[in-house]
Amino acid sequence: MIELIKQPWHWAIAGIMIGLTVPTLLLIGNKTFGISSSLRHICAACFPADIQYFRYNWKKELWNLFFVVGVLLGGIIASQFLSNPNEFIVNENTVKDLKALGLTDFSAMMPSDIFSVENIFTPKGLIFLVIGGLLVGFGTRYAGGCTSGHAIMGLSNLQLPSLIATISFMVGGFAMTHLIMPFIFKLF
Amino acid sequence: MIQTNIDKTAVEEFVCDAHNNQVKKESFASNLKYLLVGTIFGIVFVKAEIISWFRIQEMFRLQSFHMYGVIGTAVMVGLISVQLIKRFNIKTLAGEMVSIPDKTFDKGQIYGGLIFGLGWAITGACPGPLFAQIGSGFLAISVTFMSAIAGTWLYGAFQSKLPH
Repeated sequence: MIELIKQPWHWAIAGIMIGLTVPTLLLIGNKTFGISSSLRHICAACFPADIQYFRYNWKKELWNLFFVVGVLLGGIIASQFLSNPNEFIVNENTVKDLKALGLTDFSAMMPSDIFSVENIFTPKGLIFLVIGGLLVGFGTRYAGGCTSGHAIMGLSNLQLPSLIATISFMVGGFAMTHLIMPFIFKLF
Repeated sequence: MIQTNIDKTAVEEFVCDAHNNQVKKESFASNLKYLLVGTIFGIVFVKAEIISWFRIQEMFRLQSFHMYGVIGTAVMVGLISVQLIKRFNIKTLAGEMVSIPDKTFDKGQIYGGLIFGLGWAITGACPGPLFAQIGSGFLAISVTFMSAIAGTWLYGAFQSKLPH
């Protein structure tokens, strides 16, 4: 059994479990699923700076912070006790495309060419970690949600604004991957 | 669809994408159940390799069905669950009616969505996977995480000046 769990999980298993998070949170405590709001609660709790947007009772949303700490714990548990003993596999066409851009390491879930601690204070770190993170934080708040709040929770509740947001996420991602990223990799 | 005559200043009461709609007060310890749900969620993220930058690249290069399968299945399961809860009026553990606030359209969903999409493709992470990536030992991602908090803060600071 444990050997089976250690294998990478099929998309259908993951999809069902993520989808079930929606009714689980609704039924155990009337909570609507969403993750990026945790970043807002962190701001409200730690650096409100008298900004209107961060003046609300974040303690009422403490559950959301417990949830994301759980996600972090889940990451620790999965990587410490359930990690895949076999080789990590990337689609061969993706490998070919990314090799052409200059990537060399395809052995782990994150390429060490980019996401290594040594790269933090380099131009690569500036773009992929610092600017990337800023875009994620700013964009999700501006859009009022992320993949979980809009694409999963919002679409589950047939919300048109969430469909518009989800399409925008995808358009942004395609634009970055195909139009902008080739130029970013030329910098290194 | 677009309710132009809504007075924005009047809707300043707290509404966000992951709202607590429970009326009954919860104890601090009752939050542990969300920790547990989050933990399972985090394990799924790692085991289905959703935290992988490569899986996100495969998705945006249309070279693998994996992420489309995950998100599509999750939406289908979520949709059916929400419809069942509504149809059969299933109550929460505290005996309350399930309430899901409607989302109102504003241009932020387009502008913000595009900006997030750009970030999603370079970081290979939406906010959920960020936590799971750090948990998995990719420590450089703590920089992405702090930047994401900074980005959230910048949005809060400039919200009133941005087109919505």
